[in-house]
Amino acid sequence: MHCQECGTRQATLHFTKFVNGEKTEFHICESCAREKGEIVPGTSGGFSIHSLLSGLIDFDTASKVQSGASKAAQPLHCEKCGMTYTQFSKAGRFGCSSCYEYFNDRLNPLFKKVHGSITHVGKIPKRGGGQIQVKRQLDDLKSELQQRIVQEEFEEAAMLRDQIRELEKGLSE
Amino acid sequence: MPNLRFTEKALSDWMLGNANDSDIAISSRVRVARNLQQLPFPLVATNEQSIEVLELLTDMDKYDDLQSFGTFYMLNLNDISSLDKKVLVEKHLISPSLADESHYGAVILSEDESISIMVNEEDHLRIQCLYPGFQVRDAWEKATAIDDIFEAHIDYAFDDTRGYLTSCPTNVGTGLRASVMMHLPALVMTQQINRILSAVSQVGLTVRGIYGEGSEAVGNIFQISNQITLGQTENEIIENLHSVVLQIIEHEKNARDRLLNESKLRMTDRVKRSYGILSYAEIIDSKEAAQRLSDVRLGVDLGIIDGPSTPIMNELNVMTQPGFLQKTFGEIMGNEERDVYRAKLIREKLGSIKV
Repeated sequence: MHCQECGTRQATLHFTKFVNGEKTEFHICESCAREKGEIVPGTSGGFSIHSLLSGLIDFDTASKVQSGASKAAQPLHCEKCGMTYTQFSKAGRFGCSSCYEYFNDRLNPLFKKVHGSITHVGKIPKRGGGQIQVKRQLDDLKSELQQRIVQEEFEEAAMLRDQIRELEKGLSE
Repeated sequence: MPNLRFTEKALSDWMLGNANDSDIAISSRVRVARNLQQLPFPLVATNEQSIEVLELLTDMDKYDDLQSFGTFYMLNLNDISSLDKKVLVEKHLISPSLADESHYGAVILSEDESISIMVNEEDHLRIQCLYPGFQVRDAWEKATAIDDIFEAHIDYAFDDTRGYLTSCPTNVGTGLRASVMMHLPALVMTQQINRILSAVSQVGLTVRGIYGEGSEAVGNIFQISNQITLGQTENEIIENLHSVVLQIIEHEKNARDRLLNESKLRMTDRVKRSYGILSYAEIIDSKEAAQRLSDVRLGVDLGIIDGPSTPIMNELNVMTQPGFLQKTFGEIMGNEERDVYRAKLIREKLGSIKV
């Protein structure tokens, strides 16, 4: 099949477009597709998850906050790698691990939209993760303690309280 | 030039392993994304920093515990021809982004190609484990064990509340992407596929084409994977995917039974026609080849024809890709020429077996 546009090259892209419920099919070659500004899947310039993401990252709040601040102030950026929040919202990707700290206040809505959640509950690195593991255990115990108290199961609650004290002692040492 | 045993054969050794449900679930894959704490992510890293990452993560003496998973070979992407890169992508051993966009990218591959450790992809480290059939749990077990080996020597970018920090916000938390490649021709034929795929997206999973993000589902092959990486444990993610895939397998089986009961003659006709075309065609484009191969694969699964075996079908899926064709016939080809060589290769492959 020849390209519908140039009529010479082989048509390698077969599109089906739905516009307002109306279906149109067309068959063109890659170079004509590019000229026409069609998105060619799997090639650079194509639609990617990052371009989708950048639409989710809240641009408006970012610019509003910035214009509210004094003009001398630098735009929100990561002090480690230098990436600005605007750059992040365009690229849809962080520059380094510290970006997560510097942009922290803005990230919850994004994570909520993408993952429906804002907190990690999975695997923890064995090294350096020991403290986190204890903290997570403590959180679990404390919420169980609350439940026991509400249910007036004071004997179990007392045991949990002792356990929590023991863990907290270990953590502060 | 490094040893490129990995681009000679179309079918990885790991694909030859026996597995349950491998007629519908073709293969299972798990990858975890990790980053070094002290260096910026590859997207913004300087050349010096990328080299540092490369050296830190490919020091195989340091990670000698990896030997318990087999013999490993390291390939620097800079040393590989673009054709070999293309073949590695077609075999799912590296990602398109590592092939085309990485600076100082590398891949550490196990001999049977079941483990692929990518360095300087979008993240510093991506550990990928592949299994034949439906074995997503095993793939996770292996990936997490390999993760532990690296973690024993390097400080990962990890945050108390956000988990493993990744370049892309869609991977943060567990950094885990688990996926199952499924052949679902009966669900497509009975037009149930869209209903099922939209249901899948309601439960935190996503469906992609055979070559991942942005690719079309050709030859009725779909990739089901988790979308959510934050707020669920790895086990929850794996079990969620597991149970959904099990249900899809069940639906596909039911649809196949119904097709066979209600329109056996039509099915037989379709399978044999496709087999005939593949056996005798002189020119075939990739889309038609994929569709015909899907018909034949279904015909074998349903016992309509005796062969070719599943490994041969899997092999043909990779062999008929553009990069691999060029690798086999050793010429730079235009599209039309490629279609001729594709037809030739399929004819030869099917001609060598009696059905």
